[in-house]
Amino acid sequence: MKTATDQAPAKRSRAAATAAAAGTGAATGQAKAHDVVLQVRDLAVDIRTHRGTVRAVNSVAFEARAGETLALLGESGCGKSMTAKALAGIMDPVCDLADGEILLNGTDLAALTAKERLKFAGPELGIVFQDALTALNPVYTVGTQLGEAFRIHRGLNAKQARVEAIDLMKRVGIPEPESRINSYPHQFSGGMRQRILIAMAVALNPRLLIADEPTTALDVTVQAQIMQLLRKLREEGQMAVILITHDLAVVAEEADSVAVMYAGNVVESGPVSEVFADPRHPYTKGLLESVPVHLERGARLKSIAGSPPELHDIPAGCVYQSRCPLVQDICRAERPVLRPVTSVTGTPVTGAPVTGTPVNVPSGTEPRPARTAACHFSEEINNV
Amino acid sequence: MKSSLTEGVAPDQLPVAHEHQNEKNDGKQDGRLSLFRLLLKDRFATVSALILVFVGLTALVGPALMGDLATKQNLLFANKAPFTLAHGWEYFLGSDSLGRSMLARLVVASRTTLSVALPAVAVALFVGSLWGVWAGYHRGWRENVSMRIADVIMSFPSLLLAVVVLYVFSPSAANIVLILALTRIPIYLRTARAESAELQSRTFVDAARTFGAKPNAIIVRHVIPVVLPTLLTLATLEFCYVMLAESSLSFLGIGIQPPDVSWGLMVSQGRQYLQTAWWLSIFPGVAIVVTTIAANVLAAWLRIATDPAQRWRLALPRKRLIARIPAKEAKP
Amino acid sequence: MLIYLRKRIVSSALPLVVVIVGVFALARMTGNPASLYLPLNATQQMRDDFTARNGLDQPLLVQMADYFGGVLRLDFGQSLRTGQDAAAMALRAFPATLQLAATTMVLAVLLALVVGCWAALKPNGIADRISSFVSMAAASIPDFWLAIVGIWVFAITLGWLPTSGVSGAGAWVLPIATLLLRPFGVLVQIVRGSMVSALSEPYIKLARSRGAGELRVVTHHALRNAAAPALTVAGDLTVGLVNGAVVVETIFGWPGIGKLMIDSILQRDFAVLQAAVLLTAVAIFALNILIDMGYALLDARVRPVTVKA
Repeated sequence: MKTATDQAPAKRSRAAATAAAAGTGAATGQAKAHDVVLQVRDLAVDIRTHRGTVRAVNSVAFEARAGETLALLGESGCGKSMTAKALAGIMDPVCDLADGEILLNGTDLAALTAKERLKFAGPELGIVFQDALTALNPVYTVGTQLGEAFRIHRGLNAKQARVEAIDLMKRVGIPEPESRINSYPHQFSGGMRQRILIAMAVALNPRLLIADEPTTALDVTVQAQIMQLLRKLREEGQMAVILITHDLAVVAEEADSVAVMYAGNVVESGPVSEVFADPRHPYTKGLLESVPVHLERGARLKSIAGSPPELHDIPAGCVYQSRCPLVQDICRAERPVLRPVTSVTGTPVTGAPVTGTPVNVPSGTEPRPARTAACHFSEEINNV
Repeated sequence: MKSSLTEGVAPDQLPVAHEHQNEKNDGKQDGRLSLFRLLLKDRFATVSALILVFVGLTALVGPALMGDLATKQNLLFANKAPFTLAHGWEYFLGSDSLGRSMLARLVVASRTTLSVALPAVAVALFVGSLWGVWAGYHRGWRENVSMRIADVIMSFPSLLLAVVVLYVFSPSAANIVLILALTRIPIYLRTARAESAELQSRTFVDAARTFGAKPNAIIVRHVIPVVLPTLLTLATLEFCYVMLAESSLSFLGIGIQPPDVSWGLMVSQGRQYLQTAWWLSIFPGVAIVVTTIAANVLAAWLRIATDPAQRWRLALPRKRLIARIPAKEAKP
Repeated sequence: MLIYLRKRIVSSALPLVVVIVGVFALARMTGNPASLYLPLNATQQMRDDFTARNGLDQPLLVQMADYFGGVLRLDFGQSLRTGQDAAAMALRAFPATLQLAATTMVLAVLLALVVGCWAALKPNGIADRISSFVSMAAASIPDFWLAIVGIWVFAITLGWLPTSGVSGAGAWVLPIATLLLRPFGVLVQIVRGSMVSALSEPYIKLARSRGAGELRVVTHHALRNAAAPALTVAGDLTVGLVNGAVVVETIFGWPGIGKLMIDSILQRDFAVLQAAVLLTAVAIFALNILIDMGYALLDARVRPVTVKA
């Protein structure tokens, strides 16, 4: 189960220290664009079932940068929502954070107690759920719920919180906030509820916004509006956004970088443009090929044969071995770790590896997140 | 109650969903077996099940074993205190003022008690459930009329009903069964109606309807299997209630009549000897309490075990045992 | 709200009428009171006189019409036993029952809220297991038996409390303790159950993600959502208590409506029985409306009329 960072403990602590320094520095002002806001390393989540403990998320690593969107892409059940809940500290009682670090501006959230974490929930980190109807408390007005964050963290009274709530509703584009503030969640349309949910998450201008399939339950037209709203809020607050989705099109349109998850593992990550143009993991490749582009009428749709492994039946070697067209003996024996990908010529494709120190990029140049993949054959994959 | 545990809860999406997929391959029998295995995992539930089996067996074969001990009077052994074998095993739990063995009377009374409670629950379950499912499936006037009838029964003083039956008919066990069943039908009726009304709007029922299935066929094939676990759990709880109700009626003198004997009646009869022979009231009371607690515990367990959305909770108590075992080793 | 109330009153009135008619008819099926109130050697003439004097020789429908005519004039008839006004007897007995029921339910609800929430915080934790066993045991113990045990231990053996009566605070302890047990046990299980499911709702997670602490999550977010089922059950339990805690009132000699009812049933004191049933039915009807209003207060979704268009 142990992977990359075990082999390089020194590297890991150095990175933590650097990130911590950066965090304290940035705490006073607004985060600068492209600063690394969140670094996740080696994250592992266990679920207890009555058949024993299963690992739902395994040595997941990625980073999110201010003003950028990182997409966590994967099928349902691949552990992406579980990862989001672990980041936000709202896992179900049967789940345990088994391992890993969640460095938010240098503070390791994974090492904090639940009580200490409350200070971060809201001002530093906000989360948006998929189903706004169940995510809003049905017995309170939206005003009460919107104002709660201000009452908890800023100690405002009901009246002041109400003013802030109205302001928030304006920010997320809810018409007539003064009259709608006393309405209950069920009195809003799906799109408006999602806006309220987003407003709640961004109430205290967090550095990190996690959006867990924020548009899945919505109409296509409303989806576009919500994504636009998220983009606007991200730019206004220079937030780092983690967008959890199974929709390749959304990733292509909205995200700067992507981490592809499969059976609880990140199998590939990097800038969206590069990953999509030049996938280095057979799963990513399979996903991209399953998108029907330039298809003739009547042509067969491509799909990935088989289905993901059961959580309590994950093979010892590569998690993708049962569906991989390139599977070899080594894939069955040894689980590939997430490692920097090199081009055919031997030089790294882009940027620095994810486990390394964040690169200080001179202003004017576009910093690039690392390009990594967890495949024994990521160099050969496109030559097949 | 609201069916609140539905979408958006990860535990039932992940572990349980996968669990079920796996079980599908092994067939139906495995599903039942694993329910049994789940029972063995819960110590409280296992003990409760054993107690209920024991009480059932006692009621079934006990009276035959006791012969005429329960009615044989022996004034030499009147009001003997319990917990001594000095007067023979039959007086281990003491004797009443007529020198009858408490042990034998308890055993005989268990049969009366169960032979009232079980049929009453069965009749109410059968009638109430079918009625409720039917009413909920069809909605409209059938539902309204049924609900009003349930309201009337529920707000009727059941004591009066019992007294009337006692006066007009003979106060036999069969009549008490009838009264108890009648007064408890609304409980199943309401629950079954609520569940069925909810189900009939679901897509799988719509799907069946588009195939041209008849209402009764849909009720039998699609609605009843889904509501049955809830109703059976309710019936287990109701078993407690009906047992207590029978005891109360017997205690008030409008239930089981002497020379028949039930646990409730024994408590009532022993009441006047409270100062001299406490065991006459206390032991039958303990029998009632132990049986009802066992049924209650089992019902609570059943409610969780038969609900796929809640089943994961049964995984929780073993937290400390398995938390440290890596996933690989915990795998069977 | 008014429209809703009117609807509710209409739909509840029907069962009310049916119950009263049913009681009227059923009570008369228990036999002629003459055999109870006249000496054993009474002549047939005396019996007929008694029957005629009390209007019992009339056809059932005529009796019923007479009775309802009287009810409309607030005349509920006289007790056969005491000759007193039946309504007055019922009204005199009612406060004793109401006091007992109210005290019991207030205590039961408060205790159950605390214990139920405490148990729900850590499902299957030690607190949960203890409280679920205690509550189950509490709901499983027959009240008459507990009353007897209570009398045996505290009144007879220890001599701390009186065995029956209504004099002094001590007299309240055993009846309330006996009555309390079942509502408490049932409510703890309901509160715990609905708290557990409320606590696993996404909006609770979201509240946590806003930095709401455990206490706030429980008291502010979960409790109000969990309150509706508890309110329903508490209502049903109160109905049970108001309907007469017959057993407990009988054992402790508590002069409440339940004791009055069972006495008048056994004595074929029809007028008193009908007055008592009518009074409790009206009280239960009022209680149900209060519960409905409580619902609407708790949860906007069940409010019948939306205020704003």
